[in-house]
Amino acid sequence: MTTTTRRTLLGAAATAPAWGALPMSRARAQAANTVRIGVLTDMSGTFRDLNGPNTVAATRLAIQEFAARGFNVEMVVADHQNRPDVATATARQWFDRDNVDVVTSLAASSVALAVADLARERNKVAIATSTATSDLTGRACSPNTIHWVYDTYMLSKVAGAAMVRAGGDTWFFLTADYAFGHALERDTTGFVRAAGGRVLGSVRTPFPGTTDFSSFLLQAQASRAKVIGLANAGVDTINSIKQAAEFGITRRGTKIASLLLFITDVHALGLEVAQGLVCANTFYWDLNDGTRDVSRRILALAGGDMPVAMSHAGDYAANLHYLKAVADLGVAAAKASGRDTVARMKAMPTNDLAFGEGRIREDGRKLNRAYLFEVKTPAESRGRHDYYKLLQSTDAEEPWRPLAEGGCGFIRS
Amino acid sequence: MDEIFGIPAPLLFGQLLLGLINGAFYALLSLGLAVIFGMLNVINFTHGAQFMMGAFVAWMLLHYFGIGYWWALLLAPLIVGFTGVVIEKTMISRLYKLDHLYGLLLTFGVGLIIEGLFRNQYGSSGMPYRIPPELQGAWDLGFMFMPVYRGWVVIVAIVMCLATWLVIEKTKLGSYLRAATENPALVQAFGINVPRMMTLTYGAGVALAAFAGVLAAPIYSVNPQMGANLIIIVFAVVVIGGMGSILGSVVTGFALGVIEGFTRVFYPEASATVIFVVMAIVLLLRPAGLFGRA
Repeated sequence: MTTTTRRTLLGAAATAPAWGALPMSRARAQAANTVRIGVLTDMSGTFRDLNGPNTVAATRLAIQEFAARGFNVEMVVADHQNRPDVATATARQWFDRDNVDVVTSLAASSVALAVADLARERNKVAIATSTATSDLTGRACSPNTIHWVYDTYMLSKVAGAAMVRAGGDTWFFLTADYAFGHALERDTTGFVRAAGGRVLGSVRTPFPGTTDFSSFLLQAQASRAKVIGLANAGVDTINSIKQAAEFGITRRGTKIASLLLFITDVHALGLEVAQGLVCANTFYWDLNDGTRDVSRRILALAGGDMPVAMSHAGDYAANLHYLKAVADLGVAAAKASGRDTVARMKAMPTNDLAFGEGRIREDGRKLNRAYLFEVKTPAESRGRHDYYKLLQSTDAEEPWRPLAEGGCGFIRS
Repeated sequence: MDEIFGIPAPLLFGQLLLGLINGAFYALLSLGLAVIFGMLNVINFTHGAQFMMGAFVAWMLLHYFGIGYWWALLLAPLIVGFTGVVIEKTMISRLYKLDHLYGLLLTFGVGLIIEGLFRNQYGSSGMPYRIPPELQGAWDLGFMFMPVYRGWVVIVAIVMCLATWLVIEKTKLGSYLRAATENPALVQAFGINVPRMMTLTYGAGVALAAFAGVLAAPIYSVNPQMGANLIIIVFAVVVIGGMGSILGSVVTGFALGVIEGFTRVFYPEASATVIFVVMAIVLLLRPAGLFGRA
């Protein structure tokens, strides 16, 4: 059921003779000298815009940039359809038969947790770049997993606390009725209370299967809370925001805190509706010369008009750092042990155009700066994908859950 | 403030109204399904995709040609209805003599293909579509803030449902259609082109779905899955109302919208399930549906 496309990407491979023409010994030598990256991602479902073609392009960019350092890099791509069973079946085949060394992207929390388990069992590497659950570096942490870009803890801390500071001290949550929504509501409630705010109520909206949120929005409005917190994602968030604007909720002074909002969601909403929303992200294409450069190159490879989101930046940066660690460790050692590769990735400081300087903590959490953005008005936007203005930024350590609070098992042992 | 079952009365009135608005979409969509099933005996699982196409064609008309909402309301159903005619001519018409199941599988597959194509082209988050300037703003009803656009949706949906019912029950064309369902051979013997009538009926049912899609574009996210989310509920509506019953699907559509609306206040977690609970109960007590002929 999975669609697998293979691309051999290194320039060397293009000039090499076809596989069939190689003498056996040389073919084996070639395989031993080749690192294989498996991009296991959502190409066709809800998260296609956060992953999809831009993720493939970002990974390819990292590989291209790293070319010709004495080993070959190949990429395979598969669509996991957001189903953990499909994802683990594909990853198992990749690990056991196709000689894949690292699985990246992963997206949906359920998929990431399942594949991370498998990677640990097979001693390979799993790098999650658009997964939300903070359990990945907490209760479910593993010495073979790295979690890049964002998590529920960071989102609720940066966005939640900022809203309370700005005067939004009473909250009502619209929460998607599944693990992710519950976690986001729980974490945000903690930060709102810690900052001196109050939570007046919440409503659990069925997931999936809710298209009309106006009933829930009216309940939120009836609570007279100053802030409506959206603990949901993707199309649910888009529908909630669109309908909040329609029912005049934002115009009458109630603020919407969209706890997980990607630039692709803003793109889908249009600035007319999305203007004024506040969101926490770790990357925006127009932050500095580096982010502009990397975004331009990802878009050039991907084609299309989908803005480069933080998840795509993560695909680029994580793969680049992985390849640096492989080069440092040596291909043979890296292929032999995913755990050693991850340990080396943690030992080396990260530095890339997308996220700047940072590091990977013992529990696998990638630490870098986070930003609070406000969505521009149509009048403020000057060009394609010009959607955000920067409100504030954190340092690299501050937004993330402290190591001791995560409950990660393997560190203590 | 007065309370009913512990819920403030204004909030309850608001939910009643919102339920009617959502019911309007259920009614319009199940109407198209009922027309198609009633006349063609085909369970049209492509309906959700065709609803989505209606919204997307409206977006395309605006984005590529600068054609606004009002023309889209006319053009999108025509364009999508035409694609329906093509699908009926080339595929569905071959299956009339076979079991329902074949038509169901075919239309289900076609629906998935259409959704896949749109997702490939336009991504999954969707496209922005604005409420037309004439229908922006809202009325303050005292107990709630009622967007003008939602009021418009309810009125248009009711007019559309009435018109369809009148055409089928009260006109000569409608009587031909109903006769052709009962005994196509006999009707054909009277010199009426039954296959063409079938084709146009399917096109009309599809156009109704597209019309609902255009109505939905300004308030729901215009994305390739928008139909898939709604269509399952709409099928439940059709089953509850009685397969093929026009009046049944309209009344049930509105009624279930209201039931769903109230559930969202009293027990929000169950609001996506309540319709299916009703469906199960109705199937147990009246297997042909509330308005169906057993």
